[in-house]
Amino acid sequence: MRRFRRGAPGRNRLVLAAVLFLAFLATFAVDWAVSPSAQGATSTPSASSSPASTTAATGPCVVSPTNGCIRGTILDSERKPAAGVDVDVAGPAAFAQTATTDDTGRWSVSVTTAGQYTVSVDEGSLPKGQYLTNAADGDRKVNATLNANVGQIFQLSDQQGATTADTTSSVSPARAWQQFASGIRLGLLIALASVGLSLIYGTTGLSSFSHGEQVTLGGLLAYVFANQLGWNIWVSGIVVTLLCAATGYLQDAAIWRPLRRRRISLTQLMIVTIGLSIAAQYAFQYFFGASTVRIQQGNPETVTFAGLTLTVQSYVAMAIALVVLVGTGLFLAKTRFGRATRAVSDNPALAAASGIDVDRVIRFVWTLAAGLAGLSGVMLGLVLNGVNWQTGLQLLLLMFASVTLGGLGTAYGALVGSMIIGIVVELTNLVLPGDFKYATALVILILILLFRPQGIFGRAERIG
Amino acid sequence: MDYILNLLSSLTQEALAPTTAAFALAAIGLNVHFGLTGLINMGQAAFLLLGAYGFAISITNGLPFVMAVLVALAVAIVFAVILGIPTLRLRGDYLAIVTISGAEIIRMVGRSSLLTDTTGGSNGIAGSAYRDPFNALSPLPDGTTTILWFSYSNNGVNGWWIRIAAWGLVALFTLVLFLLMRSPWGRVVKAIREDEDAVRSLGKNVYSYKMQALVFGGALGALAGVIYVLPSSVQPDAMGRSMTFFIWTALILGGAATVFGPVLGAILFFVVRLFVRTLAGDFIPDSIMNAQQAEQFSYVLVGVALMLLIVFRPQGLLGNKKELSFSV
Repeated sequence: MRRFRRGAPGRNRLVLAAVLFLAFLATFAVDWAVSPSAQGATSTPSASSSPASTTAATGPCVVSPTNGCIRGTILDSERKPAAGVDVDVAGPAAFAQTATTDDTGRWSVSVTTAGQYTVSVDEGSLPKGQYLTNAADGDRKVNATLNANVGQIFQLSDQQGATTADTTSSVSPARAWQQFASGIRLGLLIALASVGLSLIYGTTGLSSFSHGEQVTLGGLLAYVFANQLGWNIWVSGIVVTLLCAATGYLQDAAIWRPLRRRRISLTQLMIVTIGLSIAAQYAFQYFFGASTVRIQQGNPETVTFAGLTLTVQSYVAMAIALVVLVGTGLFLAKTRFGRATRAVSDNPALAAASGIDVDRVIRFVWTLAAGLAGLSGVMLGLVLNGVNWQTGLQLLLLMFASVTLGGLGTAYGALVGSMIIGIVVELTNLVLPGDFKYATALVILILILLFRPQGIFGRAERIG
Repeated sequence: MDYILNLLSSLTQEALAPTTAAFALAAIGLNVHFGLTGLINMGQAAFLLLGAYGFAISITNGLPFVMAVLVALAVAIVFAVILGIPTLRLRGDYLAIVTISGAEIIRMVGRSSLLTDTTGGSNGIAGSAYRDPFNALSPLPDGTTTILWFSYSNNGVNGWWIRIAAWGLVALFTLVLFLLMRSPWGRVVKAIREDEDAVRSLGKNVYSYKMQALVFGGALGALAGVIYVLPSSVQPDAMGRSMTFFIWTALILGGAATVFGPVLGAILFFVVRLFVRTLAGDFIPDSIMNAQQAEQFSYVLVGVALMLLIVFRPQGLLGNKKELSFSV
C-alpha cells in the first residue's frame, strides 16, 4: 500500500470524486440495465400498499342509523385478494359472528350495538403459505359505533417468521427438532455471507456495514433473472453470483483501493460503508418498491425427511452452502493464494514485506466476499420465499453477531459463530414470540463483548 | 417568480419544523459522543426512541409532564450506562456494533406484540395519548399567529408552542455545548479523542469521562425523542437504524466537533432533501420518477453525500480539518 503515495491528493481530488460517484453508479448499473421490466412489475404493489383499499369496500353490510359495519379487505402477500378467510367478530351481549371473505377479499359484519368488539382472523383458513404479519391480529379490539363503518386491515406475509402465531405454544421435541434444522439452514446461509465479512475485516480492518446490501442485491437480481426474465433458476443463481462478485471487484477498484491509497482512517471508511448502505437500500426501493418479491412463482414443494418438513429449496440451499463453505475453507487452507490471504489477515506489513501483493489479495477478498454474499442472498430469497430491500439489512446484525462470536477476522470463527447464531435465532422461536428472535442474537453479541470480547477463536491482542 | 417564492417559503418552513429541531438536538448529543469524545455511537435513534417511550408511557399512566420528561431522561441514562459498561474499554468499532445492536433490540422489544398494551406494538402510540399536558403548559393565547409567511396555530398539534420549545432547547444546548467545549471537562474529552493513552498517563480516568460523555449525549437524544414525537406519534419502525444514520449525516455535513455544525447540518439535511423532492416532483415526469421514487432518490443522494463528505471534507461545512482527525 505504501508505494502508492505519489501524486498530490489535492490534485487528484476531483478525479477521485468523479470516480467514486461513477463507481457507485456502476455498482447498480446492473439494476439500471434491467429496471424497465422490474419496475413495471413492482410499481403496482408499492403504489397500492396504501390502506385505501378498505374504504372502497362495498360488502353486503350497509350502514343505517340502527346498525354499524365492521369491514375490511384481506390481501395476501402479493396484494391479491385472499378469498375464503374466516373473520370472527365477538362483542357485547354475547355477539359472535363469523364473516368469510369473498372473491375480492372483502368481508363485513353488521353490528347493532355500539361498543368494543374483538376481531380475529382464523389463521387456519388463510391461504396456504400465508401468515399474519402481526400476530396481535389474532385478537384485535375494535370500537364500533352505529351508523358508521369501521375498517380493519390485516396484513398477510408469506413468511412464517413474521408472525408470532402459536409460537408460544407447547415446546414439543418434534418442533424443537424442526426449529433446530431451520437454525442450521439459517446458520449456513449467514455463514456464507459472514465468512466474507470476516475476511474483509481480517485483511483491511474494516467493519463493512454495506455487506447486508450485497446479500439483498443477490436476492433481488435473482428475482430479476429467474422471475422477470424467466431464466432457469440454476443458471440465474450462477449468473447472479458472478455478477455480485463483479460488484465486489468493481467496488474495490473504484472505491476501496483509492481510499486505501489516500490512507483514509478506518472510522471514515466505516462511515463510507454506511453511506453506501443507505444509498443502496434506497436504490433498491427505487427500482423494486418496498414490497417483497418472490424469486420463484407458486407454492414450494415440501419434503419430509427424518421428521423434518422443509422445502426442496431448503435442502438444496443447505447442500450448496455446505459445499461452497467447505470449498472456501479448503481454498484458504491449502492453496497458495489462500495462504497469502491468511498471511495478509495476520499481518499485512509482514505479508507485503515477504513479497505478497497485498492489494491483489484484498481485491480478491472483496470479490469473493461479494460473490458469497450474493449467493447467500439468492438462496435466502428461495428459502424464505421472498426478498425485499431490507432482507440483507436484517441479516447484517446477525452477521456481525456471528463474526464477533467467532472472533473478528477469523474465517473459521465466522463459520462456527454463524451456526450458533442461526440455531439460537430459530430455537428462540420455541419459547419467545417471533419478534424477539433477532433480539436474542444481539443479546448474545453484547454478552460476548462483556465476557470474551475477542470471541471464541480470536486472539486477545486484537481487541486493543 | 411565484414558484420560487412558494418553494422558498416551504423550504424555510421545513427548516424551522419541530422535526428539524429534534434532529438538531439529537445531532448535538451525537456531537458530544463523536465530535468531542470520539465515541462511535451507531444507536443514537435508540436514545430518541427510549425518550419517546419513556415520556409517552409515563403520561398515559398519569404522571405529570415534568415527571414524564425526567423518566424519559432516566431511561436513556440507564441505557447509556448499560451499553457503556462492556464497550467503553474496547476499541471503537466494538462500541459501534454494540450500540447499533442495542438500538435494534430496543426497537424490536418496543414493537413486540407482547408489549402491545404498553408500547402499542408495531402500531406505536398515537400522539393524542400524550400530547395534552405539553400543550397545556403553553403560555400563548389560543388562535393563529402569522409572522412573515409562517402561519401556525399557537397551541395546535404542530404549532408555534412546540416550535418555540423545540428551538429554545436547541439554542440552550448549543450554548451548553459551546461552554462545555471550553471547559476543563471538554478539554479532557477532546484529549481522549486524540490520544486516550496520553490522557490515561496524566492520571485521568478515561473510562469515567467516556461514560459521562455517553450519558450526556444520550440524555440529549432522549430530549430530542420527546420533541420528535410531540407533533406526531411514537412509531418504533420510524426510529431505527436509518434515523441513526441520518443523524450522523446531519452531524458530519454540518461539522463534527463544532458548535453550530449539528444545527446547520440538521437544517440542511431536511431542506436539501425537500428541495430535491420538490424539483423532482415538479420537473421530472411521473413516468420516469414518481413522488415515492423522488423521496427515495433524495435518500440515495443522502447516502452518496455522506460517502463523499467523509472522504473529501471530513470536517464538514463548519469544521476545521486540524481539529478533527478520525482515528480509531
